[in-house]
Amino acid sequence: MSTSPRRTALDALHRSLGATMTDFAGWDMPLRYGSERDEHNAVRTRAGLFDLSHMGEITVTGAQAADLLDHALVGNIGGVGVGRARYTMICREDGGILDDLIVYRLQEREYMVVANASNAQVVLDALTERAAGFDAEVRDDRDAYALIAVQGPESPGILKSLTDADLDGLKYYAGLPGTVAGVPALIARTGYTGEDGFELFTAPEHAETLWKALTAAGEGVGLIPCGLACRDTLRLEAGMPLYGHELTTELTPFDAGLGRVVKFEKAGDFVGRAALEAAAERAESAPPRKLVGLVAEGRRVPRAGMAVVAGGEVVGEVTSGAPSPTLGKPIAMAYVDAAHAAPGTPGVGVDIRGTHEPYEVVALPFYKRRK
Amino acid sequence: MSNPQQLRYSKEHEWLSPAEDGVSTVGITEHAANALGDVVYVQLPEVGSTVTAGETCGELESTKSVSDLYSPVSGEVVEANQAVVDDPALVNTAPFEGGWLFKVRVTEEPADLLSADEYTEYAG
Repeated sequence: MSTSPRRTALDALHRSLGATMTDFAGWDMPLRYGSERDEHNAVRTRAGLFDLSHMGEITVTGAQAADLLDHALVGNIGGVGVGRARYTMICREDGGILDDLIVYRLQEREYMVVANASNAQVVLDALTERAAGFDAEVRDDRDAYALIAVQGPESPGILKSLTDADLDGLKYYAGLPGTVAGVPALIARTGYTGEDGFELFTAPEHAETLWKALTAAGEGVGLIPCGLACRDTLRLEAGMPLYGHELTTELTPFDAGLGRVVKFEKAGDFVGRAALEAAAERAESAPPRKLVGLVAEGRRVPRAGMAVVAGGEVVGEVTSGAPSPTLGKPIAMAYVDAAHAAPGTPGVGVDIRGTHEPYEVVALPFYKRRK
Repeated sequence: MSNPQQLRYSKEHEWLSPAEDGVSTVGITEHAANALGDVVYVQLPEVGSTVTAGETCGELESTKSVSDLYSPVSGEVVEANQAVVDDPALVNTAPFEGGWLFKVRVTEEPADLLSADEYTEYAG
């Protein structure tokens, strides 16, 4: 077992661009190329280019591929149309979240499951185990794909100049096989930034070609390479959860305010059904803590793990926090006791290194793009 | 990245200007600013307070983390840079100039401060 971090197919390119690299889930990934604030703002106003090759692709094929995924995941995966994608979760028998996923239905009997880098092995193992008795194959395709994302309002125009694919017909959360800059790629209209954008899955040997073509196509409209630092602030502003922060095995989708991803109406049993039905009832009758947004009145930044306080009592915990380039203030997501979770609740603060700093409780997301 | 020759440096990545009338200016190096990323909040020692060489006297917060600010020398703080409090990005854009942090009337200077060349080698 090697402990040196894995490098993506674009590693040499990142280094030539002067990226600050960081270890992320066992991968050496670009944290930022220059200023993470500039990168964040580029995605909000123009376009940004990301290497996301650390994400874990798992292919599920076979006559019962849909049945397997309906059993293994909480969503109605059999109901996803060919060429469409779905945000879903994989839970344990006790309802705890193993990972949040995007599942693409590539063909009638072929799906691609995309797991977080830190959970790819866990998800692969769980799907493999849950496939017992199904006429379906679970394949580890982590090395088969590089993943490049182009995100931001200019991204449709940039991509259009490189492909004949029908991007206007490609809705949010759809994906189709195509050719971009002369190389085969799965083109998906998905992302983790709160902006319009695309994720392009391609063979690692084509990654450099694709990256360079997108860079050239975006030059005139302000596209810049973007690292994981701004990806985190972009998703935080958009109110999107991050596994290990807002989502853990200790929480069910209902605890995270994402009960809507659990589809009890689908036929047959699925892993976690009984526990999740109980969790749904609890969430209905006596919600424990709720995931809320916090906006700073001061300038100090709340961080994951800090206590949320009210009246001198601990009433919650921060799961993610960062200075928000778009709002110009520090923001955070936090699980807060229901009694203090309503937007506008007065007297809520965060214990920042011993000082109780005041925060405004707000509904998520902090930022929504104008369609 | 070049570290100005006339300054001296601490292993905590602060720089110290030569004293004028007993007062030196303190800031953090470009190397430190780059490692921090975009600085969003600066807490400086108060004017009139006493700082001690090698001990914390403030903090620098960036997108990802909080770092303690250490004083490279002992003495009395005679000025804090309000411009950098108002616009912490100055630490990134001009760490050796407009992004200076505080001025101190030096009472004691550690013997192990580094020259520019020594610091350049130390910071790698």
